Amino acid sequence: MAEKKVFFKSLKDLPKEDFFVQGHRACPGCGETIAVRLIMKAVGPNCIVITPTGCLEVVSSPYPYTSWAVPWYHVAFENAAAVASGVEAGLKALMRKGKLEKKRIHVIAIAGDGGTADIGLQALSGALERGHDFLYVCLDNEAYMNTGIQRSGSTPYGAWTTTSAVGKIMPGKLQWKKNVPAIAAAHDIPYVATACPAYPLDLVNKAKKAVEIDGPAYLHVLTPCVPGWRIPSNLSIKIARLAVQTGIFPLYEVEDGRLHVTVKVPKRKHVKEYLKLQGRFAHLTDGEIEKIQKRVDMESEKLGLGPRET
Amino acid sequence: MAKRIAIECSHAISLAAKLANVDVVAAYPITPQTHIVEKLSEYVADGELDAEYINVESEHSAMSACIGASAVGARVFTATAGQGLALMHEMLFIAAGNRLPIVMAVANRSLSPNLNIWGDQSDMMASKDCGWIQIYAENAQEVFDFTLQAFKIAEDERVMLPVAINFDGFYVTHVIEPIIALDQEEVKKFLPPRKIPSYALHPDHPTTWGPIGLPDVQTELKRQLEEALRNSKTVIKEVWKEFGDMFGRYYDFFEPYRLEDAEIAILMMGGHCGTARIAVDRLREKGEKVGLIKLRLFRPFPDEELIKLTKNLKVLAIVDKAFSPGGLGGPVFTEVKALFYNQKIKPEIVGFIAGLGGRDIRVDEFMVAVERAKKALMGEKIDKGFMFLQVRE
Amino acid sequence: MEKFKLNPKPTWKELPIASMIPQPATSRFYKTGDWRSFRPVVDKEKCTRCGLCWVYCPDGAIRIVEDGSYDVDLDYCKGCGICAEECPVKAISMVEEVEE
Repeated sequence: MAEKKVFFKSLKDLPKEDFFVQGHRACPGCGETIAVRLIMKAVGPNCIVITPTGCLEVVSSPYPYTSWAVPWYHVAFENAAAVASGVEAGLKALMRKGKLEKKRIHVIAIAGDGGTADIGLQALSGALERGHDFLYVCLDNEAYMNTGIQRSGSTPYGAWTTTSAVGKIMPGKLQWKKNVPAIAAAHDIPYVATACPAYPLDLVNKAKKAVEIDGPAYLHVLTPCVPGWRIPSNLSIKIARLAVQTGIFPLYEVEDGRLHVTVKVPKRKHVKEYLKLQGRFAHLTDGEIEKIQKRVDMESEKLGLGPRET
Repeated sequence: MAKRIAIECSHAISLAAKLANVDVVAAYPITPQTHIVEKLSEYVADGELDAEYINVESEHSAMSACIGASAVGARVFTATAGQGLALMHEMLFIAAGNRLPIVMAVANRSLSPNLNIWGDQSDMMASKDCGWIQIYAENAQEVFDFTLQAFKIAEDERVMLPVAINFDGFYVTHVIEPIIALDQEEVKKFLPPRKIPSYALHPDHPTTWGPIGLPDVQTELKRQLEEALRNSKTVIKEVWKEFGDMFGRYYDFFEPYRLEDAEIAILMMGGHCGTARIAVDRLREKGEKVGLIKLRLFRPFPDEELIKLTKNLKVLAIVDKAFSPGGLGGPVFTEVKALFYNQKIKPEIVGFIAGLGGRDIRVDEFMVAVERAKKALMGEKIDKGFMFLQVRE
Repeated sequence: MEKFKLNPKPTWKELPIASMIPQPATSRFYKTGDWRSFRPVVDKEKCTRCGLCWVYCPDGAIRIVEDGSYDVDLDYCKGCGICAEECPVKAISMVEEVEE
């Protein structure tokens, strides 16, 4: 196994400069933009970013106001990975044929969970299988937030959204969250990781490692959404941290097929600590909360996370 | 040195793409296009073509990958047909709107249902408003020449638009024909490598592409696209002239046949023009003043040129291999009718739908169409102005 | 900061090809500070200069001052309050914006 390399020893090692800059129009407290700002700091200016349709595209690009200090391209919703394939192949061919100066340019797709888990999954799978040298980042806010909070394959069990309504007979989403990092890992690509902005040092090191690796890398980042999760704007980070501390969103890396947890959780908090802060789960009964806890216990055991706090 | 070879039309396109020294090929199989990308795979495998060959997982991704590669400045080629083009539909508009000089071969095929792999033009016609330059070829020589010319037209700074080279599935794609093939040196002189635009995606000069289109900008964006299409007509003429001067084969938006003193003309695009010529000859033998206008360019539509060309005609019999259900007839037919609406002098315009899903249009059927068009001139109008030529009643 | 060169309502001839934005990072010319209803105020005495407010700010609205301390760029701060919530020593308080 490759030697464990730490790119940033402390957050003070991050560049002062932003490559995803001020003046974007994301909601106050947006978890997604915290993650993007940090990922871009980690990656630096030598890249081309492809963003499919979604919150990030909309808040960062209304003509003539772009929040990108790096080359950036939006094409459509379902094809970020395919466009990234073309960008990577184009650069490769032009450099090999002497039409463009040879240097490593990182190709990065930054998509949402709708554009990744649902409509973009085919393009993502194709690009991972073909082995393009690129990083695919999924900013997972667990629903179609840009269109107004609709359920995606990545929405967790029991969550209210505008298309998994809570009513007299329906308790929100009836299905479990799709495990996209596991799908990515099933392509046997060199690097898959999960991250979250509440653990910024873990996040930036993973982002940097992911772009430095040759071949496809996949980074799945949990990003709280203030209007969609029905949370106060100041709690995005706190809630993201609780997702990790409860074992709901474990932080790990899969390198060369081997999974290891990067943020240890010696004593897991009860899931209700996480759920009770969010309006999207406000309707859950104790029975449903226990059902979620059981599922998390089972998943945590598989990953070797610690026992639950009593 | 140019030399005469026998080649399958599909392979003539592959050869042209190879001679154009494309940087990226996005490949996905679909009948009747597959031979094109198979041959390109062989070229890459043999080291005859230095290109990134992307085995995409769908046509949607094929066009998406072409878009990405073209945006960094690569010369890009792909090919598709029928359902594949329909799956690309969304991306076609973006390729044009983002002004990317992608060249694509479309082996025209019918759209489902029923699943039908054979030729008609309903695939491209369903995407006719996508903002691409759309050229229709009749034979292997045209296919070969048009593909080479397409890169030069597409990459011209006054144009910067994608080009679709259309040719009929099976009737043209799978036919082996003689062509005069150019060699690498000749092509190099005509078609230099693509100049990477200063605004191409690159960290040395960060640009933001595909920003969200607010109402304040969308109209101007679309108007700009219209200008590029209009400009392309001039550039197409220039490129075709230059090609003719270099290699002796001159092209125009139309190829008229026995039109000099004609009163009636068949107007159509693509491979069946060959059969239509025989019908014209037979009718001429009978003393009928009949001719043929082969239309090569559908977008931008050669409007004033068609008016000029048809000024002495009494009847235009337009044969479309596609139609719009519930609409006003085939796409070429409705286009031409709209063109003549404001003209003081205009021919009688009659529409025929034929050749759907690979049904051959025979010589006698073309003759029937001409007879029926003549009757329309005498006052025996066709309901709605168009009819299905070959349907069993 | 480079001058803002682009017209938000260009004619079709002025509009860059495909409405591409040729200048990077122009959203800096779009101030989001007026979205704010609460303003973060940093108590420089309490501040340990850990920089977490700078890390967590979604809007890049925390500035590093020359002496190594941090202050708020009110041109962009939307008043979300994450900095105040996450400050380990509670050196940031949120104060309601009032019309002057």
